[in-house]
Amino acid sequence: MSEYLAIIIFLFVGIGLVLFTFFLSRLIRPANPYPEKTQNYECAEPPIGSSWIQFNNRFYIFALIFVIFDVEAIFLFPWAVAFGQLGLYALVEMMIFIFILLFGLFYAWKKGVLKWV
Amino acid sequence: MEGETSQVIFYLLSFVIIVSAIYVVTLRNIFHSALFLILTLFGVAGIYILLHAEFLAAVQVLIYVGAISVLIIFAIMLTSQLANKEIKQSNEQVTVAIFVCAGFLMASLGSLANTVWKLTENPLPEDNTLTIGRLLMNEFVLPFEVVSVVLLAALIGAVVLARKEGA
Repeated sequence: MSEYLAIIIFLFVGIGLVLFTFFLSRLIRPANPYPEKTQNYECAEPPIGSSWIQFNNRFYIFALIFVIFDVEAIFLFPWAVAFGQLGLYALVEMMIFIFILLFGLFYAWKKGVLKWV
Repeated sequence: MEGETSQVIFYLLSFVIIVSAIYVVTLRNIFHSALFLILTLFGVAGIYILLHAEFLAAVQVLIYVGAISVLIIFAIMLTSQLANKEIKQSNEQVTVAIFVCAGFLMASLGSLANTVWKLTENPLPEDNTLTIGRLLMNEFVLPFEVVSVVLLAALIGAVVLARKEGA
C-alpha cells in the first residue's frame, strides 16, 4: 500500500506545479489584453469561425472499436500475470479468445468501416 | 497503510467524487460536465485501490477513464453545436425528482442500516491480478470465452449501426 504514497505525492506535485506556474506568471506578467491578443492563434492568420467545430462522424466508430479492444486488452493483463503458472492450456484459451475478436475486426474491415473517406 | 491514513484518503476521495459528480449534473456546458465525469470516475479508481482491488482500479482507469470518456467526449464533439452551447440541466420536473431521490435515499439508507455485513475469514489474496488470471483460466474459462462472443456481438452491432448511418 505504501507504494501508492509515491503516486499520491506525484499527483500533488503535478497539480501543484501547474498551479504554481500559473500563479507565478500571473504575478510577473503585465496584464494588457486587447482583441487582437486574446483571439485564437492560427498561424498569424485571422481565425475564421469558432474553434468548436463539429467533427467528422466517422471518428465515432473508431472510438467504439477502441472501447471493445480496450476491454479485450484488460483481459490480457491477468492472463499475462498468471501465465507462468498455467502453461499451454492458457495459451490455447487466450488464442481462442483473441481469434473470436479478430473475426470481428476482420468483419469491420471487410464492411469498409475502417476506411477513411 | 494504517487505518487513520486510509480514512483520511477515503474522505478526500469521497469529497472529490461528490463535488465533481455535482458539477457533472449542474454545469451548463456539457463538455465541462464530461470532464468532471472523468474526474469522478478517477476518484472511484482511487477508492478501489483503497480497498486493495488493484486490478479493478486498473480496469476503472483503462476502461472508464480511458475509453468510455473518449466515447462520451466524441459523442459531444460529433453532435453539432453542442460543445459550446449553454444548456439548462433541469426542467419543470425538478421538485418531483427531488422527492423521488429523497425517497430512494431513505430506502437505500434503510436497507444499508439493516444489512449485516459479513466479513470474510480468509485473508485477501496478496496478488489479486494473479488470482483473477488463474481463476479466469481454470474455473471460469467458459464465461471468459463467452465474454469474447459478447464483445464480438457489440463490435458487429457497432459496425452495422455505423454503416446504416453513413449510407
